[in-house]
Amino acid sequence: MKIHEYQAKEILRTFGVATPRGQVTDSPEEAGRIAKELGGRAVVKAQIHAGGRGKGGGVKLAKSPDEAVELGKKILGMQLVTHQTGPQGQKVKKILVEEALDIARELYLGITLDRAIGQPVMMVSKQGGMEIEVVAAKDPTAIVREPFDPAWGLQSYQARKLADALSLTGETHKKSIGFFIALAKAYVATDASLSEINPLLVTGAGDIIALDAKMNFDDNALFRHPNIKEYRDLDEEDALEVEASKFGLNYIKLDGNVGCMVNGAGLAMATMDIIQYAGGKPANFLDVGGGANEEQVKNAMRIILSDPNVKAVLINIFGGIMRCDIIATGVVNAIQEIGIKVPVVVRLEGTNVEEGKAILKSSGLAVIPANDMKDAAEKVIASLGKVA
Amino acid sequence: MASWISKDTRLVVQGLTGREGKFHALASRDYGTQIVAGVTPGKGGTTVDGIPVFDSVQAAVKATGANASMVFVPPPAAADAIMEASDAGVPLIVAITEGVPVNDMIKAKEYLAKRSSRLIGPNCPGIIRPSAKVKIGIMPARIHKAGFVGVVSRSGTLTYEAVGQTTSLGFGQSTCIGIGGDPINGTNFIDALTLFRDDPETEAVIMIGEIGGSAEEEAACWIAGNLKKPVVSFIAGRTAPPGRRMGHAGAIISGGKGTAPEKVKALQAAGVHVTDSPALMGEMLKKVLGK
Repeated sequence: MKIHEYQAKEILRTFGVATPRGQVTDSPEEAGRIAKELGGRAVVKAQIHAGGRGKGGGVKLAKSPDEAVELGKKILGMQLVTHQTGPQGQKVKKILVEEALDIARELYLGITLDRAIGQPVMMVSKQGGMEIEVVAAKDPTAIVREPFDPAWGLQSYQARKLADALSLTGETHKKSIGFFIALAKAYVATDASLSEINPLLVTGAGDIIALDAKMNFDDNALFRHPNIKEYRDLDEEDALEVEASKFGLNYIKLDGNVGCMVNGAGLAMATMDIIQYAGGKPANFLDVGGGANEEQVKNAMRIILSDPNVKAVLINIFGGIMRCDIIATGVVNAIQEIGIKVPVVVRLEGTNVEEGKAILKSSGLAVIPANDMKDAAEKVIASLGKVA
Repeated sequence: MASWISKDTRLVVQGLTGREGKFHALASRDYGTQIVAGVTPGKGGTTVDGIPVFDSVQAAVKATGANASMVFVPPPAAADAIMEASDAGVPLIVAITEGVPVNDMIKAKEYLAKRSSRLIGPNCPGIIRPSAKVKIGIMPARIHKAGFVGVVSRSGTLTYEAVGQTTSLGFGQSTCIGIGGDPINGTNFIDALTLFRDDPETEAVIMIGEIGGSAEEEAACWIAGNLKKPVVSFIAGRTAPPGRRMGHAGAIISGGKGTAPEKVKALQAAGVHVTDSPALMGEMLKKVLGK
């Protein structure tokens, strides 16, 4: 799960991570008031989940409270387009108004899981403000990594190593140790999957402050963090994906024209791959899971077809736990209820496969049966040719 | 030991009294697995279809001599169940549960590192050895056939695909191991490949990977120096967009790392025969074997 910058800073403050003074609001007038309280000069920051907000015009400096009001009016409600939002952009509903700090250095600090060693790793780089992926691609040696055991947390000597790598000295070096340890503590305690401070600011006075903050969380651990779960912002997520999640379906929208419904994440990915291999483009990823019922299958069909780009559907089920007759019944009911106009290719295999095939056949619907995955992919691509 | 499971495997099912636990325990028993006990705290003394239930794994092991465990405990308590089984001295623990928090698995894995248990999973279909008629897991038994292909995979249903293909070609399977789709797991590709190398029943291997992490690259490195038996591979997720979690918690391309082409390249460099089509894993193996 992703959250907004202002929410991440709220969490981090409770762990003693230094953040700029500021407040979030949805009103331009409030933005003026907050700016005044901060001494007049303030930074107005659009709150959307996507990165690249500054380049897209979502982060601006106000030199006076009046200017903060003006910027608030401009930014609130805008469709902010960044390299992560797609061309349609994301509507800004809230702005964070923060004190304008003098910048001596901009650094990078992040924590994520290192899967190869099975531990979180803290990463630092002197090139703050740049995306870490870009730094990694250009000059991997510019990133210094320090894995730590979540049971013990980041140790002081580890934090010192990182501070040394950033060439921090004196009081700033000392302050960074506390900052790094606090961030590591926040990461572990909240079951985060990513905690990124980019840029990490060194002020003219030598303070260390989280100018920006990004936190993602392990969805599987949200059950023990009801307060973090509250931070979920459904407006930031794809409407169809949210709808699918209500039915326990794992759906991800893509930009092709062949819709697909599959059981199992690996097989769902492989089905997307084989559609492309056969010359088509998948419109979505959809895993109906291991124990789906008729209702879920029906909803899955409805969700796939509410994407107007879908010109054909491929259903690929290898039923282990899942019974093919249940899938078949769900598909038949969905087609009858929704009145599906596009070709539907069905490949069933596994438990109760004969019953499933019989249900499809006796329905009288124009469902195209397929023998295996390859056959299914080729048939669905062929059916596209006919409708186009 | 050539395989991790045999006719002598005596299975305790943690979470036997739950719906899923019961269903799959009985299906495993129907296939031939000896199910000797169940464990559900607070339900000791009861039975499920004739299988005695105990309050703890320790009590179950003491009373029945169980030497393997299958975990169906819900996610919040799954890591605890794994640690409990390990502490009771169970040598093989197969965790089916999907949705275990990463931090819990980091803890459980460290706990296991100080003990002698092998963990398979979590979020996996389990392990099956058709020649011994033993399975610990949720895979549909009837698609399997005793034979010579070792199958290892991060995905459940994609394993079934490989099994279906090798069965219909008449090759059959020696042992199939689902290592699970989570970022932190017990048994990895190299562990399974080591088993296949040393296993006289295994003559060839199908290894199914997917996007995310670097387990396939590490496996490729190991294969190049250690495995003479032919390996066919498929990597799922070539068309997956970066930054999105494709169902499995571990299936995500992050920071430009963990892409399918990277993995394919590493495997090919190690002499692995990689197919672009999940429908052609069996065919590819047939070609490689010249059969």
